[in-house]
Amino acid sequence: MSQQIFVYIEHHGGVADDSTLEMISAAKKIDPQAKITALVFGSGSELDQVCQSAAATYPEVWKVDSADLSYPNAEIIRGMLCNLLPQGSLCLVPHDTFGMDLAPGLSIKLDASYVADVVDIEGVEGSTLKTVRQEFGGQVHAHVNCDISSGAVITVRPGTFQPDESRSAGGQVTDKSSEAGQVQAKRKFLEVVEAEIGEVDITKEDVLVSIGRGIEDEENLEIAQELAEAMGGVVSCSRPVVDAKWMEKSRQVGTSGKTVKPKVYLAMGISGSFQHMGGVKGNPFIVAVNKNPKAPIFQVGSAMRRISTFRERAWAYCSGVIHPRSCICRST
Amino acid sequence: MNILVCVKRVPDPAENEIEINRDGSDIEREDLVYSVNEWDNYAVEEAIQIRDKVGGKVTVVTVGDEDSEEVLRREMAMGADEGLLLTDDAFEGTDGRGIAAILKAAVQKGDYDLILTGAQADGAAAQIGGMLAAMLDLPYASLVNSLEILDDKTLKVGREIEGGNQEMNEISLPCVLSIQSGINEPRYVGIRGIRKVASVEIPELAASDLGLSEDQVGASAAKVQRADYFLPEMGEGAEILEGDAEEVAEKLVEMLKAKGGIK
Repeated sequence: MSQQIFVYIEHHGGVADDSTLEMISAAKKIDPQAKITALVFGSGSELDQVCQSAAATYPEVWKVDSADLSYPNAEIIRGMLCNLLPQGSLCLVPHDTFGMDLAPGLSIKLDASYVADVVDIEGVEGSTLKTVRQEFGGQVHAHVNCDISSGAVITVRPGTFQPDESRSAGGQVTDKSSEAGQVQAKRKFLEVVEAEIGEVDITKEDVLVSIGRGIEDEENLEIAQELAEAMGGVVSCSRPVVDAKWMEKSRQVGTSGKTVKPKVYLAMGISGSFQHMGGVKGNPFIVAVNKNPKAPIFQVGSAMRRISTFRERAWAYCSGVIHPRSCICRST
Repeated sequence: MNILVCVKRVPDPAENEIEINRDGSDIEREDLVYSVNEWDNYAVEEAIQIRDKVGGKVTVVTVGDEDSEEVLRREMAMGADEGLLLTDDAFEGTDGRGIAAILKAAVQKGDYDLILTGAQADGAAAQIGGMLAAMLDLPYASLVNSLEILDDKTLKVGREIEGGNQEMNEISLPCVLSIQSGINEPRYVGIRGIRKVASVEIPELAASDLGLSEDQVGASAAKVQRADYFLPEMGEGAEILEGDAEEVAEKLVEMLKAKGGIK
């Protein structure tokens, strides 16, 4: 394969995102021999720090320094990438809120193929890149083939590729600011409004009773609260519960909510999308109660059906609230 | 303000356990319950609220077969003024880029100030809005969870970003926005509402009406194709509790005590 592979590096406060180490593993799965180039966009001294850290992992780093990039504006960055990237390039971007903003439009402007949210890469055959994706909320996987003959933009799900910790690339940093040019945008960044902490800080709790859409009715919230109290914990929730306005945003676990590190995580009626599980860290003991044995949350463990009654008072609640055909699992 | 909302008919995630068919070529579609993609309801609700505030018209559009008409009617029962069905056998097997090309052709036949999509649909690619915007050379913001009209040329939009934070932007009209769930509370649609729009004519446009050629749509034009579906291996290291419910409950309670889950 003769195409050049580029990796877009995200960074915050002068620190490269965790995806930096994962994306090079993804790139090497496309072509182990390829010279992989990191793209680092930003401004000032923070940008230089990120370039240095990227150069430990990537043999080549292209730096673009512009005052317009003190906050990453996808529209500006897209225009600069179109000025910079050679025809037919492969460009990897993390599949997160920035990647979703940038990548689909970038693929159109580069006239390249687009595959979103890739969880594995099986290699290249001729001009076909073979990838793995998930559909239907993670209930099924799909092999997705992508024609890369005129280039491709691929977004990669964070946390799915093994991070390359070797830091032995000794890469070169090249300033590409002038080639990237000046780009005008019709969208202007104003500010970031930080999330509220709320009355209860779920990030500091050892026991979380977490509720999802599966509890079906807002009234059942009370039962979850009693259960949490009996267990010495608090109630957290998944996104649909916040969307339905049953709980405050500050109680939401997941990439778009809080990252929690409990010892015990009791997921009631939560299917366990990657966005949700992305907020559950620290390897807790996970108990999942769900009517659907194919829910992704059971991929972290195995399912066991038919829990109907529990001896302890607290447990009587779960079975009643969720479903007679519930499942339960744990991860180690 | 003239608003176009792009919607999709999808298997309802709350109503279905997705099974793969025997050869893995598709999911079992026989007994699936379909509904409108959940995010699209938020987009339509937002459009209706904007129209009710500043006037104008809300059109809902979808690419699909005859069955997709039902989701257009549902959104019209919510309050959308018009529906538009883009349908043609030639669209079968179209990839994301092709869908965006079909929508682009439909957009260019109208006069829209604002185009909304749901943040994502059943394929979870979150790609159509961004592609459509780039094809139309319009500004784009994804994952919008707040929207305020500043003047007739500018919106202030909040994007949901990591950690529950919100990124505020000004964006000029016309533009394309992908709408994140939670931006509003989509209104309930009752039987009566559906009945009211049951006989409203929904115009249909085919590939030729849209000026689309074979190299733009359909499986032959698709650069991205699904080879098959498969089930991942289950995670390892899980402990399965066996026995009747009483026994299992007892074991679990013991485990939880050991892990500090019951004090």
